[in-house]
Amino acid sequence: MDFQLSKEHAMARSLFKDFAEKEVKPRAIEVDETEEFPRDTVEKMAKYGFLGIPVPKEYGGQGCDPLTYAMCVEELSKVCGTTGVIVSAHTSLCCDPIMTFGTEEQKQKWLVPLAKGEKLGAFGLTEPGAGTDAQGMQTKAVLDGDEWVLNGSKCFITNGKEADIYVIFAVSGKVEKRGKMMKEISAYVVEKGTPGFTFGTKENKMGIRGSSTYELIFQDCRIPKDNLLGQQGKGFNIAMHTLDGGRIGIAAQALGIAEGALDRTIEYVKERKQFGRAIGQFQNTQFQLADMATKTKAAQLLVYQAAMKKGEYQKDPKISYSVEAAMAKLCAAEVAMEVTTKAVQYHGGYGYIREYEIERMMRDAKITEIYEGTSEVQRMVISSALLK
Amino acid sequence: MKIVVCVKQVPDTKGGVKFKPDGTLDRGAMLAIMNPDDKAGLEAALKIKNENPGTEVTVVTMGLPKADDVLREALAMGADKAILVTDRVLGGADTWATSQTLAGAIRNLDYDLVITGRQAIDGDTAQVGPQISERLDLPLISYAEDIKIDGDYVIVKRQFEDRYHMLKVKMPCLITALAELGEGMYMTPGGIFDAYSDSADVTVWGRADLKDVSDDNLGLKGSPTQIAKASDRVAKGAGEKVTPDSPKEAVDYIVGKLAEKHVI
Repeated sequence: MDFQLSKEHAMARSLFKDFAEKEVKPRAIEVDETEEFPRDTVEKMAKYGFLGIPVPKEYGGQGCDPLTYAMCVEELSKVCGTTGVIVSAHTSLCCDPIMTFGTEEQKQKWLVPLAKGEKLGAFGLTEPGAGTDAQGMQTKAVLDGDEWVLNGSKCFITNGKEADIYVIFAVSGKVEKRGKMMKEISAYVVEKGTPGFTFGTKENKMGIRGSSTYELIFQDCRIPKDNLLGQQGKGFNIAMHTLDGGRIGIAAQALGIAEGALDRTIEYVKERKQFGRAIGQFQNTQFQLADMATKTKAAQLLVYQAAMKKGEYQKDPKISYSVEAAMAKLCAAEVAMEVTTKAVQYHGGYGYIREYEIERMMRDAKITEIYEGTSEVQRMVISSALLK
Repeated sequence: MKIVVCVKQVPDTKGGVKFKPDGTLDRGAMLAIMNPDDKAGLEAALKIKNENPGTEVTVVTMGLPKADDVLREALAMGADKAILVTDRVLGGADTWATSQTLAGAIRNLDYDLVITGRQAIDGDTAQVGPQISERLDLPLISYAEDIKIDGDYVIVKRQFEDRYHMLKVKMPCLITALAELGEGMYMTPGGIFDAYSDSADVTVWGRADLKDVSDDNLGLKGSPTQIAKASDRVAKGAGEKVTPDSPKEAVDYIVGKLAEKHVI
């Protein structure tokens, strides 16, 4: 066991950090304030390969491991949670399922432009009545000749209106399981501009405000039969597999937010003086900081472990990383919420002011406990593995 | 076309400057980066490569074995080949011996263009580039802030004190690059892993590989410059802090001080 980053990983981290500081941080306040999708940053990230980090080179990607990808999301999220989730949703939720379940033709058609960053990806599973419980899904897909016809809607979709390629889940029939009729779910790829595919409400969110969260609407949306991703009826497995990987991305986002808040708090308590001395000289501050740093480091180790386990899975598909991913997300998200909340407290009144960015980090942190499986769902995943 | 870019690993002053007890820089204790002007020169070369397919960019550095890091960074940004010139006998070189060493290495290579940074942030001499051009008998264009290729010629915008010069020079020639030439190019993640893979084209040369250079011109022995003394900058006093009650009082205080010191 070696906790030392390799030279390659260390250099990749310095690249992401440098990029985040120079290109992402200066726009973070504005992106949050205006809710404007940072298209120029995304284009720059595409230019340097940040949108295809774990995708093999033969499909236009960078051919790096999941750890490198996680470090990218982490460093971006240190300065801007919005930018972190744009990369995470694109990579984990759209590139990954096409890479894992797509045919060679589908990979050439969609994965290559996604990995090169020429196209942006999104993932549509959640519906008004079906989040964590996929059996509540209402969106239907009916095969009509050589086309699937989609009807229904998806909500809270990250990269919503900005994406070009969407992995969409829909009910494609019914199957009997253990004497009960269950919905059969399949996965599809839908391209922007397909007739019958439109956008509904743009969500006005608490945090990650620049990430373009939209409702997707399908009204007699006809897509070619070949847009079925994986086997018919295997959609639930595809979604669960995808979310296992997605959780590493969100865990990395949460970790980055916690680290960003911690870094700023350390700087602040050294400067801020009360009662004649820096507040960092008070033992209470020191103890709290020690706890924040320790928990953040623990989260980092869990995130990196989950990413490395996914790397092992890519070499040997018998290896599962579900539990590690769930633990990483559960821990990192809760640490992010705790650390950012304390960071606001240590910034006092200034922490409540937008200009200081700490309150944004707290708002951004909250979603990491909710999306891609709430903390409660992570606990279900972990405990079901324990009690198996 | 073939471009050779000279790069230097320098201490990152952002991480704080550290000295050895004898007053020389403690390079081992400081974070190291690619010298910014050299990075701009490399970016210019890579831009030429992008615009002129088939162009080959080779980076050369002289330094300690750990200078390998800047070569890997250059490869990760898109350079094709890297050469590290390292040898104990080359240590302690001043600009004279450094340019002799780099010229001795470049004589082994085919090139149309040699690009160096204007100067390094550690020594700030701006001598090595021009000296290399002398040793290789190449026309020199210094202080370049824009480079364009036009057939066998380069068109360079050279910064001058109150104006700039547009120069058209036949290749081969040597250009020293200003930081302004760079646009802030980054490595790619995949490029980093390739740069550290077995297939990365990194060659290590020692003294024996240098062409047409005499031992008298190399390393500490071949360096006419001798450092008599090095010291840290003397720290200034804490200054005076005043807390006037009104802007008028503040202005009166400042004006009074300026008058007291005969500034006004």
